Amino acid sequence: MTAQHALVVKDLRTHFTVAAGDVKAVDGVSFTLDRGKTLGVVGESGSGKTVLSRSVMGLNIASNSKTTGSVVYEGKELVGMSPKEMKHLWGTEMAMVFQDPMTSLNPVVKVGRQLTEHVRIHLDVSKTEARALGVELLRSVRIPEADERFDVYPHEMSGGMRQRVCIAMALACSPEMLFADEPTTALDVTVQHQILNLLNTQQRDRNMAMILVTHDLGVVAGRADEIAVMYAGKVVEKAPTKTLFKEMHHPYTQALLWSIPKTAQPKHTRLSAIAGRPPDLINPPSGCSFSPRCPYARPICREEEPVLISGVGDDHSYACHHPVGSPAGQEAFDKNLEEGLPQTLVAAGRIQATEDLPTTWED
Amino acid sequence: MGRVLAARLARLVATLFAVTLLSFLLTSLLPGDPAVAVLGQDNIQNPELLAEVREELGLNDPIPVRYVKWLGDAVRFDLGESYINRGQEVSDTIKQRLPVTAQLAVMAIGIALVLAVPLGVIGAYKEGKWQDSTTSAAAQVALSVPNFITGIFLIWLFAVKLDLLPASNWNRISDKGLSANLKTAILPATALATTQMAIFSRLVRADMIATLKENYILSARAKGLGDRYILMRHALRPSSLSLMTIVGINFGALLGGTVVIETLFAVPGLGFRLINAINQRDILVIQGITVFVAVVYVVINTVVDLLYAVVDPRIRRG
Repeated sequence: MTAQHALVVKDLRTHFTVAAGDVKAVDGVSFTLDRGKTLGVVGESGSGKTVLSRSVMGLNIASNSKTTGSVVYEGKELVGMSPKEMKHLWGTEMAMVFQDPMTSLNPVVKVGRQLTEHVRIHLDVSKTEARALGVELLRSVRIPEADERFDVYPHEMSGGMRQRVCIAMALACSPEMLFADEPTTALDVTVQHQILNLLNTQQRDRNMAMILVTHDLGVVAGRADEIAVMYAGKVVEKAPTKTLFKEMHHPYTQALLWSIPKTAQPKHTRLSAIAGRPPDLINPPSGCSFSPRCPYARPICREEEPVLISGVGDDHSYACHHPVGSPAGQEAFDKNLEEGLPQTLVAAGRIQATEDLPTTWED
Repeated sequence: MGRVLAARLARLVATLFAVTLLSFLLTSLLPGDPAVAVLGQDNIQNPELLAEVREELGLNDPIPVRYVKWLGDAVRFDLGESYINRGQEVSDTIKQRLPVTAQLAVMAIGIALVLAVPLGVIGAYKEGKWQDSTTSAAAQVALSVPNFITGIFLIWLFAVKLDLLPASNWNRISDKGLSANLKTAILPATALATTQMAIFSRLVRADMIATLKENYILSARAKGLGDRYILMRHALRPSSLSLMTIVGINFGALLGGTVVIETLFAVPGLGFRLINAINQRDILVIQGITVFVAVVYVVINTVVDLLYAVVDPRIRRG
């Protein structure tokens, strides 16, 4: 592609220094994102997806964190910029919708002011203009009685309503890029759908680039153009959404998909949990970090870290020695089943997964 | 809101009743015979005179009877008259002395707040940096020095060395005008303010550090708001609830507790008068001032409770 990407992220790393060592929350992530497109970042808790979105935006408030690599936004390198310089981008160019609408709004400040204060500062508009804009924003996120809601406090609104306010707040200065960090995790299932659709509509109408962070493959399924699956701070599989769901190659992606309940399943079908726990990010397992939990893992997975590769002219990349759906993968799975590797037995539905499932490789 | 207010008022009345009863009992338990104090050393050998004075002052009645009598007068703002300075109404004494002490307390709290809030905010904003450790160390020093020592130091510096301000005494606004009044008020007020400032700034700092970790602060940052704006407009108000409580409590405490500083600077306030009354066993004056201070204390704290709702809208729907 010759056109300039809105966002080019290369080998981004964010490490937190703690007493026990360096927590490698984001460990060499690369991707590009164009205007009007949505990238879904998927992974379980602790996979580094939230830190990834904050690192791209430069919103890492912890003083013990260090971000290296490169984030080029509209031709500007953001890594290494001071918070003072970044502030000019926040709100106006990049905005974020946070996970928990119950705590993301200041309880002692009226909704209207929170919605428009940055508009007044960044775009230098009068109080009356800001109010008109604020009410218009509330309407655009489909809050009824927008004019009255402008003057209420956050606690007078429901969770779904508050998340709408947060979205309106993020959109207030018409940013080019929107980060949505688990925007529906704290909400009722019925509200989740509405909020996601709202985000999608706004993203399309405003032709924004969006990074949608979630632990739920189902959330990004119909909404992202491309999906990046993260594990232990690394992208382990990345593909256009359709391609990914048609033929996923990484065992972790498959495990994530299997852990979503489906309405087509017969009643009382056991959900397939992923065996074991997310890895220690200070001392990640050698080789492939998913190997201790992977039903396809063979000894080589423990010794050699697979690199993220893609076929020629292919936009589907994955990091695995025994990809799902390949002869190598099938062979590995069968061998493991024969040897009775616990996580393989779980994957095959022979035993029930538990967090403390011992793996054959643990001494 | 109406129901909350009614409940608060009921509690206020109950508290006031308990406060008057307790202070009455405690002053009645003070050692020494008021009749002796009234008569003076020369006449105490005369038992008839002594009995007469006792009868006149109502000291022969049992304590409950005396309390009910006193309370009956007190609710009509009649606190009796001084045993020693006959004819001097206790309520007049309070009326005359209160403005002095109240001015000192208001000035002390005012000075403390003006300095403590910015210091606390800076300490929290620069947590762990040199600005924080410097202000923390200064607060520690201010807390550990008793305020009469601070007072003596201030007198030495401003009155003795620099000769800028009078070392003691008090000019009333009504007599000498505001600037003369402030000249005598500033040193005792500052001496009282140092401890308060240290306490307030520690409180603001601690609450602010907690507030700055809130999600809504991160969300304000993500909107590109400046640090100063976030500190002042988003973080300060949610961080000021414990400050309000302590300001209320300490203001009440200052009204009754400026005794040492008033004595040091010869300020004719309530505390100064209270000490005299105690020395003279002037029971009704002691009682009057004690009860008055207690009442103010309780009222202030009730007002502070009601003010929470102004600062935090979530409390309004109690």
